[in-house]
Order: sequence, then structure tokens, then C-alpha cells
Amino acid sequence: MDSSKLLGITTFIYLFSSMIYMIMFIFRVKKIGMLATVATIIGFLTQTAGIGMRWLESYQMGIGHAPLSNMYESLVFFSWSIVILYLFIEYIYKNKVIGAFAVPFAFASMAYASLSPEFSSAITPLVPALQSNWLIAHVFTCFIGYAAFAVACGTGIMYLVKSLDKGKSPGSLLATLPSLTAIDDITHKIILFGFIWLSGGIISGAVWANSAWGTYWSWDPKETWSLITWFIYASALHARFTRGWGGKRIAWIAIIGFLAVCFTYYGVNFLLSGLHSYGG
Amino acid sequence: MKKKKNSFWEFFSSVKLALFCFFTLAIASIAGTIIPQKESPGFYIGKYGESTAEMFRLLNIPDMYNSWWFLSILSLFSMNLIVCSIDRLPTVWKLVTMDNLATKVNRLEKMTPRIRFGTKQPKQEVVAQVEQTLKGAGWKSSQGEREGGTLLFAQKTPWVRFGVYVVHLSILVIFAGAIIGTLYGSKGSIMLREKNVAPYFFEFGSSEKAMLGFEVRCDNFKLTYYDTGAPKEFRSDLTVIDGGQEVLKKSIVVNDPLQYKGYTFYQSSYQAYEEYWVTVQNQNNGAKKTFLARPGVELKWQEAGINLGIVNLLQPDRWGRYRLKIWFSDGKGEPSVFWLDGETLVSVERSDAAYAFNSKQVYATGLQIAKDPGVWPVYIGCTMMLLGLVIAFFLSHKRLWVYIYEEENKTRILVAGSSNKNKVGFENMFNTLVEKLEDNETLQLGKE
Repeated sequence: MDSSKLLGITTFIYLFSSMIYMIMFIFRVKKIGMLATVATIIGFLTQTAGIGMRWLESYQMGIGHAPLSNMYESLVFFSWSIVILYLFIEYIYKNKVIGAFAVPFAFASMAYASLSPEFSSAITPLVPALQSNWLIAHVFTCFIGYAAFAVACGTGIMYLVKSLDKGKSPGSLLATLPSLTAIDDITHKIILFGFIWLSGGIISGAVWANSAWGTYWSWDPKETWSLITWFIYASALHARFTRGWGGKRIAWIAIIGFLAVCFTYYGVNFLLSGLHSYGG
Repeated sequence: MKKKKNSFWEFFSSVKLALFCFFTLAIASIAGTIIPQKESPGFYIGKYGESTAEMFRLLNIPDMYNSWWFLSILSLFSMNLIVCSIDRLPTVWKLVTMDNLATKVNRLEKMTPRIRFGTKQPKQEVVAQVEQTLKGAGWKSSQGEREGGTLLFAQKTPWVRFGVYVVHLSILVIFAGAIIGTLYGSKGSIMLREKNVAPYFFEFGSSEKAMLGFEVRCDNFKLTYYDTGAPKEFRSDLTVIDGGQEVLKKSIVVNDPLQYKGYTFYQSSYQAYEEYWVTVQNQNNGAKKTFLARPGVELKWQEAGINLGIVNLLQPDRWGRYRLKIWFSDGKGEPSVFWLDGETLVSVERSDAAYAFNSKQVYATGLQIAKDPGVWPVYIGCTMMLLGLVIAFFLSHKRLWVYIYEEENKTRILVAGSSNKNKVGFENMFNTLVEKLEDNETLQLGKE
């Protein structure tokens, strides 16, 4: 069993568990919730093994490095981060419906990594610029943050969907979702969590840049966009702390913020040129 | 603080201004990532046309992040941070240091969460039991007599209210570091050929020579490749010469620079020349000489009576492998002509001695040089920011009051609490604590 097989299987498991979570939500079959959780955990373990194998394989090839060095590997890690974060949230809140809004992001990321022809899944050696211990710290912090914002986007969407439920009929589909206050609270907490990791990601990037080039900040497009994303979430936090923003407005910011994350992560590499041209 | 509350003060302390700064900085930054920065004037004319380029020039768009208006927004943002912190700190200070035993009972009656019990037990006993139970749950309480009853108060982590100001201060510290760097720092680069010595470098932006106060020499540059042909490592062997003495030697690679007297030398690029170091050694007597050889130029080693040169050359392939055809004469018999394979050693037998040859392509190493005394403040600011964020987001100031008083032959207990954050979590904790009180058999509490 090699890493690419394991990661291929992971993609299908995440597809499967996304579907179960959705079926559970849409058709209100609570009973299959456990199946979705178990599938997600199995998917997560498979993926962890896949990432570990890939790490090992790179050493066997004599070009050993953490599997965090290109777009393919970062998408896999993004997906991994979303799932571990989601499983944690499910455990804390004892609510499986969030899975229908979070796990699909993990599946989409895996599917995009494996299906898109523009990313090669081959293990390639590290270019000199990436040969640093900061690689792991930087990518890890950034992607935990990105994953949190993906999940916050999911709960933001969930909030907006739930708020369509004007009639508050107890038997309706949307009644199975947590209360609006609860979703709002979850979204807010995940944003707080993500904001710390994003800050950590920007800072670790700055420290790394300083040790590689002698400049901790150079207004490179990737840096600038991460700062823009930081501003968006900082605005959301200030609006909430001082003016009591919540509900739909925070839900929308969670969605807009995640679009900025996507652009920082993905758009910058393809639309703007800069120091991060090696991807990730 | 009342007297300071004029409209100027209010403007600078407002959250509106903070949001305005976030918004304008974000929009301006987006523009800066779309419009290429620090290009030549001709570039902008070519890409955007004469009049737009002129407008860009007037608004400093080509170097936007250093423009007067961008720096003005950053200054406004700093002012905002300073004024709003000065504005709010006294209130927070009061909240942290206030005497919570002075809290009026009717305020407790309005708090959530709160709960009231009654018991037949004498008041003194109840006070002692409640204090014990609180202590057992990690709440060390103080007490005072209020409005005919006894008030117990306990709190946890009041100082976390300062967390957000630590974050605000951290941004100012980072800005201070950036300003120190701009005022007292210096950045630039130099292309340094192997064996050459540089007492200076060229500053970015001005292309003026900046003196180092010492010298740096490049002894050797080596470029290695992966099997795929992708570069694996750029390595420069550097020597620092200070006051005529070799004081420091270090082999630097990308991500591992050399530091000396506040300057840091980073491996950033390289340049290859169509010139070669060719080393000849007489293997009988050990005499050795290294020549700088260009194809087609004859070289002389007078003392040894040797002439040599590169007569043909196969250009480096993608792994940097090249071949040199050497013509060699020691004046005894026919000259030798042979191929040197890159850096591999080749031995040639002549009539009265054997000679060993090897070669290396000539490179210049591209060094980036920085002196930035503002880096440490920036790092301190970053650490403060992360600590402050964790405190501000995940810790809360929790307060707990228990008011015990006698009424209608009963002892009544009013438990109330408040937390500045995470109300849901606090309520859970409050309920657990209340259960502990209910479980206390001596108290015999009845809900009211």
C-alpha cells in the first residue's frame, strides 16, 4: 500500500461521509449519524497514514521532507486540518449536523488535489528556498487557520440556511439544526480560533522570510493577501466585541472571509506573481 | 477622563476609525497586489498609458506601501490604537482592581446566572459551609458584612481584561520595530565573484555603496543539482576579514546566513561565467598552481616552463556538467591534448613527470545583505500579539458572589455570577458549582 492509494481511498471515504451527513440532515435520519462519524474517523486515519507514508517515501527516495511542499500536498493537509478540527467540534458540541456543512470542504479539497491536472502528485525534492525547519511551522499554522475559516464558513452558511426558517415549524427540515444563537456562538468561536492561527501563520512566515532573505515583510502578494484576510476577520471581531454584531452579519463575514482565504491560498499563486510561486 | 471627551478625542478613540483603517488598508493593499510595484516609469507608461502612469506617479502608486498616504493611514491607525487604549484602560483598570464586596445586593438580583436557596441552618454555619464548598471548587473567597447579611466574593483571572490591550500594544511595538529598521537599518545586495573581496554593498533603492566597516570574501561557490536537474543547493564559502585579520569563516546556504557585527549575509542568487579555475599539480614535486582560464586564451606558468589553455568547451548541461578540452605543454615533446570532465581529477603522464588536472566553473555569488536593529522589537511584538490573542479570546474574568442573609426565620442564599466572555461556558461552570452546594448535606438547601 503506498501513499497515493491511501490518499485516493481517503477521497472516497470523505465523499461517502459527506453524503451520509447530508442524508442525515436532509432526510432527518438521525440513526445514520454514527455511521457518518465512524466513516469520517476512518477517513481521517487513512489520510493520516497516507500523509505519514508520503513522508516516509520521500526519505526512501533520498529527498526526505515533510509532505507540505507544493499545492497537492497542501490541499491534502488542508483537508486533513478541516477534518481534525471538525471531529473536535463534533465531540465538543455533540452535534453531527455541522458535518453536513464541514466535511464536504474536506472532500472538495481532496478531490481537487487528486483530479486537477495542474497539480502533480509526484514527490519532488525541495528547492533551496524551502529547505528550512520553518516550513513545517509555517504551513502547519497557516493551514490550521485556513481550516478553521473553512469550517466557520460552513457554520456561517448553516446560520443563513437556518434563518430562512421563518415559520419555526417544529417538524421542518431546518428545525434539526442547532438554534441560531448556538450556531452564531460556534461560528464566532471558530473564527477566534482561526484568527490566532492565521496570526501565527503570518508571524511564522515573517520570521522565516527574515531568516532566508533578511526581510520579515516585503509586501509580496501572498503576504499582502494574508494581511487583507487578517483585516477582514479583525473587523468582524471588533464589530462583534464593541457593537454586538452577530447573526447574519457575522455569518456573511465568515463566508466573505473564507473567500479571501481561498484567494490568499489559491488565487494569488495563479493570478499574481510573487515569492510564493512554488505554491502552497 | 470626562474632561478629555471632546470630539477630537472621540474620533481618535472610536471603533469606527479602526474599522475605517482596516477597510482602507485592505482596499489599498489589494490595489498594491494588482498593480505591480517598484517597476520603472517606462513600465507603467507601457502598461497603463501616459496619463494613468502620470496619475500613478503623483499618487506614489508605484511604491504604494511607502507612499505618504499609505503611511498616513498607518499613522492614523496607530493614533487610533493609542487613543482608544488610553481612553479605555482606566475603566478596565477599575474593573480589575475594584472592591467587588462593595457590590449592591440589588445588582446581584439582576445578574445571570443567579439562583436563590433557603435553609433552616443558622447563618454562621451556612457561611462557613459555602466558603468551604467554594474553596473545594477552586474559588478562594473574601467576605464582608453588607446590608445585614454576609457577602462572599471570589474571582478568577481578572487580569485577562488587559489581554486585548496587549494585542493593541503589540501592533505598536511591531510598528516601532519597523520604524527603527527604516531609520537605522540598511539593506542591499552584492554580486561577489569567487576569490573577490567586498568592503561594501549596494543599497536597495539608491544603488549607493554602503561601507561595511569590514570585508567579506567569497572563497568558493558551489551549485548542486537533484537527479531531476532541479537545483538542490546554493552554497557560498565566505570569510570575514576585519582589520586585515580573517575573523570568521562560514559556508552559507539559503535559509542559513552568516552574521557579523549586526550585518547578515544571505545566499540569494548566483551568476555563472564562461571561465574556469584550472588547477595543475606536478605530482613528482608537488608544485601546484590554479589558473583563471578563458577558452582560447593561452596561460603561462613561467617557473615550471608550462603553457596551457582551453581549446574546446562543451557547455554545462542541466546538471551543471561541462567538459573542457585542455592543451598542455611542458616544453618536452609533443603537447598533450585531453578532455577534463567537469570537476573530476585527470592525470596526464609526461616524459619526466605526471601532472594532475582539475577544473571548476567560475561563479559569482549573489548575496543579500541586511542590517536591521528593528527585528527584535518586531519579534517581541509578534510574541506579545500571540499571547495577547490567546488571553483575550480564550480566558475570561469570572466573578462569583454569594449573599447569605436571614429572613423570616430562614437563612437565604443568593448565588450570582458574571463573566466577561464565554457566557455559555460560564453558566455550565456555575451550574456545576451550584450542584456542589446542593450536594452539601449540612446545608440542606431548598430551591426558592
